[in-house]
Amino acid sequence: MSLPITKTPKCYVGGAFIRSESGRIYEIHRSSGEFLANIPLCSRKDLRNAVEAAAKGGAGWAKRSPYNRAQILYRLAEMLESRAAEMAAVTSTEETRASIDRIVHFAGWADKYEQVLGSVNPVASSHFNFTVTEPVGIVGILAPEESPLLALLTLILPAITAGNSVVALASKSRPYPSILLGEMLAVSDLPGGVINLLTGDRAELLATFATHEHLRALAATADTSEATALQKGAADSVKRVVIHDPKTDWFSAAHDSPYAIRDFTEAKTVWHPIGS
Amino acid sequence: MPAKSPRSKSQARELLFGDLWEFDPAPESAPAFIDDRYRLFIDGKHSAPRSKKYFDSISPRDGKKLAEIPVANAADVDAAYQAAAKAFKSWSKLPGAERGKYLFRIARLLQDRSREFAVAETLDGGKPIKESRDFDLPMAAAHFFYHAGWADKLDYVAPGRRLNPLGVIGQVIPWNFPLLMLAWKIAPALATGNTVVLKPAETTSITALKFATLLEQAGLPPGVVNIVTGAGETGAAVVNHPLAAKIAFTGSTEVGKIIQRSLAGTGKKLTLELGGKAANIVFDDAPLDQAVEGIINGIFFNQGHVCCAGSRLLVQEGIETEIIARLKRRLATLRTGDPLDKNTDIGAINSAEQLGRIRELVQSGIDEGAEIHQSSCQLPKQGFYHAPTLFTGVAQSHRIAREEIFGPVLSIMSFRTPEEAIEKANNTCYGLSAGVWTDKGSKILMMASRLKAGVVWANTYNKFDPSSPFGGYKESGFGREGGKHGLLDYASLAPLDITR
Amino acid sequence: MPAPALRRLLDEIGPVDATGVEERVAKYATRSIKKKSKIFGLKLAVSMVDLTTLEGKDTAGKVASLCQKALRPHDAGDVPQVAAVCVYPAMVKHAAKHVKGTGVRIASVATAFPSGQAPLRTRLAEVKQAVADGADEIDMVINRGAFLSGSFAEMQDEIAAVVEACGEATLKVILETSELETYDNIRAASFLSMRVIRPGDFIKTSTGKTSANATLGNQQVMLDAIRDFYLQTGTEIAMKPAGGIKTAKQALQFLIAVKETLGDRWLNNSRYRFGASSLLNDLLRQLETQRTGAYQAPWTFTEDSGGY
Repeated sequence: MSLPITKTPKCYVGGAFIRSESGRIYEIHRSSGEFLANIPLCSRKDLRNAVEAAAKGGAGWAKRSPYNRAQILYRLAEMLESRAAEMAAVTSTEETRASIDRIVHFAGWADKYEQVLGSVNPVASSHFNFTVTEPVGIVGILAPEESPLLALLTLILPAITAGNSVVALASKSRPYPSILLGEMLAVSDLPGGVINLLTGDRAELLATFATHEHLRALAATADTSEATALQKGAADSVKRVVIHDPKTDWFSAAHDSPYAIRDFTEAKTVWHPIGS
Repeated sequence: MPAKSPRSKSQARELLFGDLWEFDPAPESAPAFIDDRYRLFIDGKHSAPRSKKYFDSISPRDGKKLAEIPVANAADVDAAYQAAAKAFKSWSKLPGAERGKYLFRIARLLQDRSREFAVAETLDGGKPIKESRDFDLPMAAAHFFYHAGWADKLDYVAPGRRLNPLGVIGQVIPWNFPLLMLAWKIAPALATGNTVVLKPAETTSITALKFATLLEQAGLPPGVVNIVTGAGETGAAVVNHPLAAKIAFTGSTEVGKIIQRSLAGTGKKLTLELGGKAANIVFDDAPLDQAVEGIINGIFFNQGHVCCAGSRLLVQEGIETEIIARLKRRLATLRTGDPLDKNTDIGAINSAEQLGRIRELVQSGIDEGAEIHQSSCQLPKQGFYHAPTLFTGVAQSHRIAREEIFGPVLSIMSFRTPEEAIEKANNTCYGLSAGVWTDKGSKILMMASRLKAGVVWANTYNKFDPSSPFGGYKESGFGREGGKHGLLDYASLAPLDITR
Repeated sequence: MPAPALRRLLDEIGPVDATGVEERVAKYATRSIKKKSKIFGLKLAVSMVDLTTLEGKDTAGKVASLCQKALRPHDAGDVPQVAAVCVYPAMVKHAAKHVKGTGVRIASVATAFPSGQAPLRTRLAEVKQAVADGADEIDMVINRGAFLSGSFAEMQDEIAAVVEACGEATLKVILETSELETYDNIRAASFLSMRVIRPGDFIKTSTGKTSANATLGNQQVMLDAIRDFYLQTGTEIAMKPAGGIKTAKQALQFLIAVKETLGDRWLNNSRYRFGASSLLNDLLRQLETQRTGAYQAPWTFTEDSGGY
């Protein structure tokens, strides 16, 4: 019997698979206690690089037509479906199914939320006035330890549906689903840099997520002390912060909402005179 | 060919804006009914401050004392919050239609007393009576009227979601549009079923305290709106009170950051409407006279005390000389002086402190090498005044091109291509507003979509409406005021119980 | 194919945004003119009136009383005479009997007023006859059909021919703004006209014979054009709004627009006129109110019954 080839887990950043620039790793183990793999222990510098990648990828993503974004998100669901068994093995069948459904749900929103969130405004003066939404830019994401796939996707999807790019830090104790997700992203049609997935230590990276000026919003599951640190740091660049309770029920249908998308949009109002 | 004069004739030609027909003073004579000493408005009662302290409100038009304003201390603010929390129980349960009727009443009462309030606003804040009378007051009434109609229609704001009130809202507003900002804050908060503790700006508290008397006339239940006055310490007490469910702040980016920091970890919601350094971009195919009018309106409206003021003028190179000449000509007909005079276009600077800041930045412009042009108007000897000012030859790196001046000072720069205009316009930490002037429709839509700003005025500037959302990108804050967008920021969204 | 004529012209002179114009002129209406400045403005306005009668039923008698009113608008007070009387060509000789040599000038609406729809030769003959009969000023209408169909040269050639026919007489070119409809058209027609008339000649808004006449908006577009043309060429063109200006308050607003757009050098009756009939009495009425401190009934003033 020949020895099986083990996979080297890598982070997915800027459309490429990377190790941490620091060269650091941490071990994860099977429930049996047996060694499973070395996971990159990403550094502040990795986070900075990921933000650069997100800036590159985000610009083009925001320019894609909503219909195109919808199809690409749906394609991601197809990719996950085709490797559902593999993903279920590191999460659960239930979580994998719910994740696929959530991707499909947001894929459908991509070319519709504007009609829910935007408006034409009946101003009193002789002007045509409308409000559209735009992506805020790059969104930082801090995923919880549990529901390592579904929670991660629930935080990522509203942001990218609106045309933002994200830099996400996956569950530290259960990073493997994010490693697999990266592999699926690489073969989906999602342009490199739109979703950047890091693994590592949340306590080490939290302050950088909070204060990096180029990150325009944060979506994080956080306890009170983490939330305090994030919001304090975010204030330096007037960044918006969406905090989720660590006890959130990620399976709840309440997450399927255009108002989750709204959190990562700017409303832009345009005025123009009416006259000949 | 006949010999031509080496000197261009057009340089010698200029219009004469002289004193052939000088206007006599036309002071607004309606009484403002300003008390000598005001009290706080808490739980429907006018009460003396527990601090027992008062400060003077100075009229910027002549530097004289107008009234004594109470200083609310932590205990006063606490009383206001307790009253608001108590009132919230019944106010939030009141049918929307009934809440709406109170707001309609307030709108009507404001219209009834609009001249009195306009004069008070001008005396207290220094803005021209023309603006307080024709803009601030009608717009404040319009905000109440608009939101009144929403109160019983909240189920139509967000499909699939119910808007639930948040609780007591702490609101801190600035001195540039005292009553209008009060309306922007109170109207949507009340329409969505919240109650309010509001602190007006230190230098402009009078119309807010007068507004309390109007609330009594409207019969608004006690505690639904509480008004506490004071300076930074009072503001901090409002922001940090544990009963606040949300803080809504309009003011400087600097203070906005302090508030955001102090709310960290409290779970309180926050919206911020902060500073700006808007680019007003004029292409060579623009309707020039209307663009000039828009530039003037964009920077000199309310003495430039406007967070969305078009303080950076970007002109396409081929028309830069022409635009500057037209601006100077237009400047010659602007009347700066007593804000109570109905013909005054540019009134008094809000405070001695603000005047000092403007002067300091203007000096920096001169020191950094920009060329200054001011109209030759006579400024009143008493009070706080600053001549309308243009700077040409401004570089992106100059302080006057980067910092919010909040005064009647315009920095003029040029660009060559749309791409360069966008790059320069977006080269700022702010993102509140922008202006675009061109006759080409598709260029407008392209520019509008690429300018990072919450409001884009195309072939117009400084337009506002209760139905039109207002608020900024980046360090200009988050959240919107006005329209259905503004309502969402005063509510929590609960999924409607629908079978899927 | 070259761009259409209007497009080319607008590229040269620049377009106008209608809403912006309306906003600009709304500000004139907020000016508050009191006391001495009001009296100055009212008297200035009186001195700028082209006192007009343009009715099918005009007679020598009617013109005679108009001329008396022009020469001495009111008995009391120090009221100046008006700038001119404005009559149909057939009435010029009657007006001449009363005002020649008085300083009140005779203006006549020639060129098949108000439509202009007569052969050019007929129109020119009418102009020449009016001048021969004593007209100091000719108010002509442009060929709107030529303008709207892009035949700018035809329109300008006709104006040039009228200039020629005027001789010494001052020319006022009526654009008939209501038929041009857009502010872009008004600006374009102003420039086309100004390029073929002489310094001191006028451009004029309307005939007063269509539903829409002079407004602060169309005047503003024309004042802006006069300013731009002056700054480019040094030629001072005069302005005359006509029709629909009935009250002193309106007249002061129109004058404030002149003060703030063209400045002091246009605030006299060789650079600015009002084409009006009932305006004069309202100006007088307001002057009397200022002089006496009491509000006046309309019948105090000649040629006004005041309804009831």
